[in-house]
Amino acid sequence: MLASQIGYYSLILGLLLTFTLCGVSIKDFNSSKKNVDQNIYTLSFLQLFLVIVSFLSLILSFVKSDFSNETVFNNSHTTKPLFYKITGTWGNHEGSLLLWLLVLTLFIFLFLIKSKEQPKKYRILTLLFQQLIIIGFFLFVLMTSNPFNYLFPIPTEGLGLNPILQDPALAIHPPLLYLGYVGSSIIFSASLSAVTQNYISKEWGQHIKKWILVSWIFLTIGIMLGSIWAYYELGWGGFWFWDPVENVSLMPWLTLTALLHSILVLERKTILTSWVVILSITTFTLSMCGTFLVRSGILNSVHTFANDPARGIFILIFLFVLIFLSLGIFFLFHKENNKVSKNFFWLSKESSILVNNWFMMYFLSVVLIGTVYPIFLDVISTEKISVGPPFYHKLIAPFLAPFLLFMALGPKLKWIKSKIEDKISSVLFFIISVALTFIILKNLSIDLLFYTVLISAAFFLFFTTLKELFVKKFNNISQLIAHFGFSLFLLAILFNSILSSEIITNIKVGEKYNYNKGEIFFEKIEEKKENNYNSIVGFFKITDKNSKTIQLKPEVRIYNQPTIITSEADIKTTLLRDNFLVMNLVKGDEYFNIRYQVKPFMLWIWISVLLISFGGTMSLIKKRYEK
Amino acid sequence: MKNKLSLIILFIFLIFCFIVFYKGLNNSNIYTPKITNKKNIPTFKAKDFHLNIDITSEKVFEENIYYIVNIWASWCIPCRKEHSLLMELSKNQSVKLIGLNYRDNLKNAKKFINELGNPYSQILIDTDGTLGVEFGAYGVPETFLINKNKKIIEKFVGPINQEIVKKIKLIIK
Repeated sequence: MLASQIGYYSLILGLLLTFTLCGVSIKDFNSSKKNVDQNIYTLSFLQLFLVIVSFLSLILSFVKSDFSNETVFNNSHTTKPLFYKITGTWGNHEGSLLLWLLVLTLFIFLFLIKSKEQPKKYRILTLLFQQLIIIGFFLFVLMTSNPFNYLFPIPTEGLGLNPILQDPALAIHPPLLYLGYVGSSIIFSASLSAVTQNYISKEWGQHIKKWILVSWIFLTIGIMLGSIWAYYELGWGGFWFWDPVENVSLMPWLTLTALLHSILVLERKTILTSWVVILSITTFTLSMCGTFLVRSGILNSVHTFANDPARGIFILIFLFVLIFLSLGIFFLFHKENNKVSKNFFWLSKESSILVNNWFMMYFLSVVLIGTVYPIFLDVISTEKISVGPPFYHKLIAPFLAPFLLFMALGPKLKWIKSKIEDKISSVLFFIISVALTFIILKNLSIDLLFYTVLISAAFFLFFTTLKELFVKKFNNISQLIAHFGFSLFLLAILFNSILSSEIITNIKVGEKYNYNKGEIFFEKIEEKKENNYNSIVGFFKITDKNSKTIQLKPEVRIYNQPTIITSEADIKTTLLRDNFLVMNLVKGDEYFNIRYQVKPFMLWIWISVLLISFGGTMSLIKKRYEK
Repeated sequence: MKNKLSLIILFIFLIFCFIVFYKGLNNSNIYTPKITNKKNIPTFKAKDFHLNIDITSEKVFEENIYYIVNIWASWCIPCRKEHSLLMELSKNQSVKLIGLNYRDNLKNAKKFINELGNPYSQILIDTDGTLGVEFGAYGVPETFLINKNKKIIEKFVGPINQEIVKKIKLIIK
């Protein structure tokens, strides 16, 4: 109870302090002193400190199961393990917004400390833009989503956390994703500030690149964790469903990736400035738009916590204020640098990066239209449609093949003007890739041209980057690792989708089920009692045609608070394949419905995403300037 | 000139987006199943809230008038919000409100009633939540309208609002 009070008042204090901080910053902006006023550092630190206090007191309320706090009451329960009490803090609308605020204030404080060599006016203006966002979120939290609402009479027990959210991967998924999402706010503020100060330059590019990388790495890993969770928890055996909420996290990733590539150009030549600014604005806007779509309840999904139109309207208005403000600033202040020639030589690194940008924009528009169009149609014509995976697959997959080729060849080009080097090895690799694909697909008796083209292109990127990794050693290593990771990623996905097999059947205890490649034996069931759930564990022996036996133990869990039945898949992961078994109760019957899947190369999907983000990390920590 | 035109087009497009999103927000996503067959009220036996005695369902719904069954609990926050509307409905002579105190602590529930007023002519206790299930409730709060033939004719999931009150008043008139 005391913790809630402290949390609430430190939020209010934080808001008041933010206004003070703005005032001091404006004064300092107009003063003629050379350095940023020391008070600004102190105030920014205090702001961060107050939000941390508020966040910690919410965690404390959760740990102590203080049900006089409405948020705790709605999302926790005394029988919950301590770990999930803590992670429950950000597993709900109010808490997650507090986390937003925490990351916002953390990033601006870090920015202030880390940007001392930048011009003073630029830094203060960045601070001010960021404070604008922070004020918006302070008001949002205090007005519509106060995490410290008091409940009376005090309930004796909470309502519990949704069991499907009680999972280790999902416990750290939101904070990581938020670091990426909200991290883009600093890019947004900095680029707006740089535009007004006419400071979009090589120096700025080098300085902002770090922040872009940080956001990008966290966003990549955050998305991956969410999809790992969906893979084993939702029990469908897929890892990406093109669910609106997944799309919403993918969209900023696409623009951020395009931005990351554009900044590589900017840090050497002052071109592509409009691209950089627009992409910076779009990335953050899309993050906000994601928050709007997810939190307002305009879309229904696992992430929709509450249907409160007031919240939706607040974010919507705030979102459009930011959009209009940033576009206004862009159109008023942005000047293309005319001194630098705008003409690109068609065969150069910068033009290949431009091609990359256009590809990214294409993918973005597909995802954006697929996600938002149903809402538009519903409002305009009250017709309800749902856009599913086939839409995205059909529109994206064909464009991946040329995209992969560009990814392989683009980085080999030189800046400004170049010729294609190592023509022979490229052609050789291309022939090898096509031949290899042909042989593999022939063996699998798949003769779809579509797969041949796509897999050849992925192999081509795979071999090219692999060779470069060995030949060039440490030159350009971050890019090579990331691109190599991407080729691995696509190969894993493609072979996974071609080679996956699935068996769905109803089976009784003690029964055997024969299928063309082996046998499933349902040995027995056991009951297990845990603190927050009871479970039925099934013991299955699966023998394949090489008479290799694996044992899988899927569970059906009956959570007590709230009462929800979930199926926990059992997955045996090896380097080459995942064996995935999930069972469900068939109502009023002794039969269990089981779904057995063999999914090759699943592990490689995760490994390759880690490789991609590792590439980003290399670029972040590497001191040496890349050629 | 070209620049200005594109700016205006962009502006109009964004305004359009805003309007669509705004309207989309007001489209409710909450799905409420329609009652197609008018269900009879369940027969049950339950404890009275104030007196510690068992009452049967025939006794509760004995009069030849409309009844409203409202499922509530002291820990339920939306219940608090709809309470004033229930008070308003209780002034109506042609309807009787029956409260169903759902999975609650009796002490807290009494405090709730003392604090906010009692709109119910009778309150039944549903400690384990089974009575709510008998009615076909999804959660708290939920409100059922029962006609003179003792059939459930309307079901409102979630807290009731002015519109629902109007609708109820129209039916019972």
